[in-house]
Formats: sequence, C-alpha cells, structure tokens
Amino acid sequence: MRDVAVVAFACSTAARETERSEVEILAPVVREAMAQAGLSVQETGFVCSGSSDYLAGQPFSFVMALDAIGIWPPKMESHVEMDGAWALYEAWVRLQHGDIDSALVYAFGKSSLSSIHEVLTLQLDPYYLAPLGADAISLAALQARALLEGSQYTEADMAEVAARSRRDARSNPMAQVTGDASAEELLAQPYTVSPLREHDCPPVSDGAAAVVLAAGETAKRLCERPAWIRGIDHRVEPQALGVRDLTESSSTLLAAQRAGVFERPVDVAELHAPFTHQELILRDALGLNGGTRINPSGGALVADPVMVTGLIRIGEAAGRIMGGTAKRAVAHATAGPCLQQNLVCVLEASDG
Amino acid sequence: MSDPVLGIVTPIRIEYTFTAGKSRTRFLRALQERRFLGQRCPSCSHVYMPPVGSCPLCGVATEEELDVGPKGTVTMFCVVNLPFYGQEIQPPYVCASIQLDGSDTKLFHLIQEMPAHEVRMGLRVEPVWVEGEPEPSMESVKYFRPTGEPDVSVDARSAARA
Repeated sequence: MRDVAVVAFACSTAARETERSEVEILAPVVREAMAQAGLSVQETGFVCSGSSDYLAGQPFSFVMALDAIGIWPPKMESHVEMDGAWALYEAWVRLQHGDIDSALVYAFGKSSLSSIHEVLTLQLDPYYLAPLGADAISLAALQARALLEGSQYTEADMAEVAARSRRDARSNPMAQVTGDASAEELLAQPYTVSPLREHDCPPVSDGAAAVVLAAGETAKRLCERPAWIRGIDHRVEPQALGVRDLTESSSTLLAAQRAGVFERPVDVAELHAPFTHQELILRDALGLNGGTRINPSGGALVADPVMVTGLIRIGEAAGRIMGGTAKRAVAHATAGPCLQQNLVCVLEASDG
Repeated sequence: MSDPVLGIVTPIRIEYTFTAGKSRTRFLRALQERRFLGQRCPSCSHVYMPPVGSCPLCGVATEEELDVGPKGTVTMFCVVNLPFYGQEIQPPYVCASIQLDGSDTKLFHLIQEMPAHEVRMGLRVEPVWVEGEPEPSMESVKYFRPTGEPDVSVDARSAARA
C-alpha cells in the first residue's frame, strides 16, 4: 500500500444557515484547506465530494458545488451520494493507483432546508417502513431502548455522553451546541421520544468540510506532521432493521479489525455517533473503554451537518496528529439508520 | 402464483425552504430595480452574468459587483416548435443565449417581437420588463426583443465555450 496522509483540514461552524448557499458555505472552507496545504485545486490530482440531493432538494446538486472549487482546466472529479468520509475513502483508493500525489475531498449539506428526520425516512424500505413514516429519531429511540434493556447501560450513561460532549464543545469554535450541564441536570429534562431526550439527539446543522490527502514525499513536503492513514475500511449491514442486532455494531467491529485498530493503543477517537447511545455501542465495538480520549471535538452531538459529520471526524482526528497532541487516532463515520454502515480509519503520526 | 401487486401508496412529501445565497439574493433584488448585477472574478477578470458568488474557473469569491447590460447580443439560439404540457407561449418561439454588454458569460432567455426565423447570431437585443413591481425572479424579464441596432459579429466557437 502506498502511504497516504491527511495534510489539511477545514470546516465551517455548524449552524442553521439562513443566508448562505451551499456554494457560499463551501467555498471558504475549501480555500482554507488548500491554503493550509499550500496547494491550489489545479495542482491536486483528484477531487471527490460527498453530499445528498435529498438535502439540497434538487438533482445533481454536487455539480453546483463545483462552482466553489474552481475546476478549470477540467479536473478529474468524482462524487459519492454518501457522507464525505466515503469520498475520502474513494480518494484514498485513487491515490493508491500511484499516478497522482494529492487529492481534495470535501462534503457539504444543509439539513435545515427541509425536515432532516423526514428526509432520512426516505432511505428506508419503501414497502414496509417508509409508509409508516418512521423518522430517524424514532428509529434511534428504538435502538436506544434495545440497548437499555439488553445491556448494563442506563439513561445516566447516555446523559454522561451528552454532558461530556457539550463540555468539550466549549473549546471547539465549530460547535453548534455547548454547555456545562451535568448528567444529573440533563436527566431532569423531559423526553423527546422516550428514551431519548433532547441532549441525546443531534442538532440540525448546515455545514461543509474539506480535507487534503497527499501521498508519500508530497505529504511530508506539504505538512510538518502528516496524519498517515494506516488503515481504512468500511462495512455495511442489511437494510432491514428487524434482521440486525441493534445493540451492537458488527460492521464497525469488522471494519476496525480490518483497519488495524486493535494492534496498538489509541490516543484519541472521533466517533460519528449522532445519538448518545450510539457512542456507547461504538465504544464497545471499538474496545474504547480505557485510556482513549473520546470525541474531544464534542462529536456529532454538538455539530451534525449531515453528509459532512463523518468527514469532520476524520479531519478532527487527523488534526490531533497534525497538531502534535496525539500519535495514534481512530476516526469513525456512519451512514444509514441505526449505524447500518460504518467506516473506520486509523491515523498515525510519522513516529506513531 | 398470487396476483401481482401493481401499486401501493407510500405518501412522500418533503418541503424545502431554499436559501438563494447572499450573492444570488443581491442579483435577484437588483432585478426588482430592473438592473442586471454581475460579478467580476478578482483572479481572471471574467464578469459573470448571472453570478453565483464564486468563479467556477478559479474557485475564488467574486465580490466585486457591477451593472451589466441591459442590452446584449444573441450568441446562440434555437427555435422551439414542439408543443408541450404547461407551455405558456405559442410555438414557434426562440430560446437564446444572450451576452449582456460588459459580461463574459451568457444568460438564457426568450426572444420575442420578431419572427422566429429572423432571429440570428449577432442580433442586438434589449430586455422587456414586466409591468408593475418586478419580483426577485428571472421572470421579471418577460423576454428580450431586437433593438434595431446593426448586428455585431460573434465568434461562434468562443461563444459556445462561455
């Protein structure tokens, strides 16, 4: 395998954007990432993005985003109707071909244009589930109930996840939700969809993120401390929720094994868990119940621009390595209802 | 074999509240004042009409705004002979790519007040605005019509490259 590293990362502050278009949110983020890398878009070998037409409310919406990038002379470009983490995977694979040395990966999405929880209903089985109008929060609540009944975890454990995430978010300028409420205080709040309370659920966020990948010597030239991708893998489970054990994440476990997570201790992990109970499931799948710092950014509970959140996890994890505060990091991204599809990426410093 | 199920009803309705964006908002507001507000790229100097806030060639923000037109030149056109559901104009009519004076790109609109077979590349045109208060919409321009000025030469290949 060719050594490929994250050498730059930028993202927008998560918010409900009532004035800026997708292009206007994305453009400064791409420029910031390119400036960090000291590259122009024209100099990169490949551009790959992740987004969803259902969020934008128009077909082929990724094409309009190219206005933000500057793709003249015509670029080699690709797009996935997935979180940007999967676009990063494609770019990583593309860099393995060996004929190009760098790639720009970006993602964008405005969840606020419609009802994101209803949009997410449309990914369900159109015969059996979609007609019932099962929304994303309700499905997550079913999963949370299954976990609470089938494990030692309690609603207090879920509230602890929220309290920690909100505290950590205070030092993340890109966060949308912050706070210093204790788990006890959060537990006093009413249910949204039992057993979930507001703090168990993600905010409605708009946003964009960009990552620059580079291979080998190019990565070393562009970045003082590149975050080397030592392993990356993604796995999907069946669509029907009724055939899955929702209290565990087999696909995360398998992807983690394939990516080499368990070979050595992990300093920091950025987990794409839009709901508090999903962090508990992911921590168990990844064996992260010891000394690993979990979601120092605050994670998806404090900023959840759908289609972007997973790429932000990779960017945040890489940022810890590029910033010198971690030597080995794990980033995780998810897609589909109730953690159906999961991507795991292991990042290391040169001396990691 | 059971009878095939030929249809089920799965009600799906998603409503969107679009945000035009800061740049497009200013363009649409200018239309209400019967003006065409273009944007110039600070890098390649291209003037965009209509603008999107970014130069798609250079990937930089196009913050400088300037009025272009309102007169322009037909650089490409086609004659629509086909009737279709919802059509508001009686065929044949002309859809044209129009380069407003001072702009490097083209916008698309209708050509009226001239027989379709007389429309040609290089034809000089001007906008005809709706009566009353214009909306922040391209429909505030009803169509373009000939100015009567002499034709100008159009390089078809560069015109098509936009």
